[in-house]
Amino acid sequence: MADAARRNYGSAPRSDAAATGGSPKHSPAPVPDGDAGAAGTDGPQTGGPESGAEAGGRPTSRAVLAPADLARIVSRMAHQILEKTSGGDGVVLLGIPTRGVPLAARLAARIHDVEGVTVPTGSLDPTMYRDDLRLKAVRPLRVTDIPDGGIDGRVVILVDDVLYSGRTVRAALDALAEYGRPRAVQLAVLVDRGHRELPIRADYVGKNMPTSRREKVAVRLAETDGTDAVLILGDRP
Amino acid sequence: MNRHLLSTADLRRDDALLILDTAEQMARLADRSVKKLPTLRGRTVVNLFFEDSTRTRTSFEVAAKRLSADVINFSAKGSSVSKGESLKDTALTLEAMGADAVVIRHSASGAPHRLAGWVRGHVLNAGDGTHEHPTQALLDAFTIRRRLGRLDGLAVTIVGDVLHSRVARSNVWLLRTLGAKVTLVAPPTLLPHAVATWPVEVSYDLDTVLPASDVVMMLRVQRERMSAAFFPTEREYSRRYGLDADRAAKLPPHALVMHPGPMVRGMEIASDVADSGRSTVVEQVANGVSVRMACLYLLLGGADGPAEEPHEQRPHERREVSR
Repeated sequence: MADAARRNYGSAPRSDAAATGGSPKHSPAPVPDGDAGAAGTDGPQTGGPESGAEAGGRPTSRAVLAPADLARIVSRMAHQILEKTSGGDGVVLLGIPTRGVPLAARLAARIHDVEGVTVPTGSLDPTMYRDDLRLKAVRPLRVTDIPDGGIDGRVVILVDDVLYSGRTVRAALDALAEYGRPRAVQLAVLVDRGHRELPIRADYVGKNMPTSRREKVAVRLAETDGTDAVLILGDRP
Repeated sequence: MNRHLLSTADLRRDDALLILDTAEQMARLADRSVKKLPTLRGRTVVNLFFEDSTRTRTSFEVAAKRLSADVINFSAKGSSVSKGESLKDTALTLEAMGADAVVIRHSASGAPHRLAGWVRGHVLNAGDGTHEHPTQALLDAFTIRRRLGRLDGLAVTIVGDVLHSRVARSNVWLLRTLGAKVTLVAPPTLLPHAVATWPVEVSYDLDTVLPASDVVMMLRVQRERMSAAFFPTEREYSRRYGLDADRAAKLPPHALVMHPGPMVRGMEIASDVADSGRSTVVEQVANGVSVRMACLYLLLGGADGPAEEPHEQRPHERREVSR
């Protein structure tokens, strides 16, 4: 059981904590201000220029992953997907907009490089299935593009950049059910930053990144932001 | 986004494009087997129709139901309105019942604006008198953009009873905002006096305008609103301003023929033109649902903004709206 869990996670959490400079152990502490509280309901929609670091204190931004790191991580995740799905048999990759979509495309490209199989890729916008719509100003809708052939009987792998509260993934599972009945649904994320509010766990994790709730994790991808990077924004406690 | 959708004249370009882009995503749902979305579950939308309208009311009803909102249809016939209740009292009654949005059609221009000052919910104008019909203009713009790929720089010709047409007014403002060039073609008696101040060209000769039109939008002659003789005979109107097959042949090959419905075949549009490949009449109806879903989502889908208190009635406004 423990072995299975470790294999599913891309790398062991403990070593990651060391690699990222050892963020201090955070008990799920009371959130000091309203902004951070809102971020808690925001879910993995972090990233983008709007997710600023004005949460009080000294705003900082540190790069955690460089472009070469990102490429290696995507490559490893592609191998793990192939391993776990017996060579990508029946796999459909669905990216969650915005940055899950180019990530899904990169995974598909790596999978093609490694084994020569072409896995269908698309996108799934869970916005209209969210449970926190009324907590924020109206969210613009993104593109949902289910590949030809649909998802019935397939192994759907949802791809997102950051896994945080788990609410986006929950909404995506609901949205997915409207398009068909997959044989299995798996989850691949570039960064797992903890603080889950729902019983959701990723099958493929690029990097476990323990963070404080006061921080924000921003994934930047060349396709959407002009450069590859993973940043932690926010005040260092 | 504005809090209400009352008119296209005060719709910013960004917001108009947001509605069209959102409608694009909504339209994709029409292709899947389960068309229902949970987005507006628990919200109540009231259709408050003081004028007969089957297609607009049904379209709003379908749109709200696809988003899982509860829909209450409130038509003036057989209701307390026919017993002499004022618009304000009707509105306050609906509000007390917990309406989150009111879709209103009224024969008096400006009725939705007054309603917006009385209720806390969102107000959507589904046609007021001869003033505006914003969702129709939005669905027309959406249809044009889907077919021709853009709106910027297109030449759109609106033909017919502009005087009584709220569709024409809403389209003039929206198309201007979105960068299209609008030409109105009508008998002089069916153009409003204020047309000189509108951002449009005016012509009285359909045949010279058609070859340069990317879109021609035919309007119904609204006999029910006509209190005087605006043209000698229907036959003469049809000969000069009706779109028959010979006239349609003068259009460029890519040009669209649109009609907001209901059509009077043989009057403003010939049957074979209405059924031709360049006609978008049926598409407009389907797109109407997507556009109205987008409007409802954008108004009701997020957190309620800072609650805007219904404004106090100023003495000079204390005129009754209903006729």
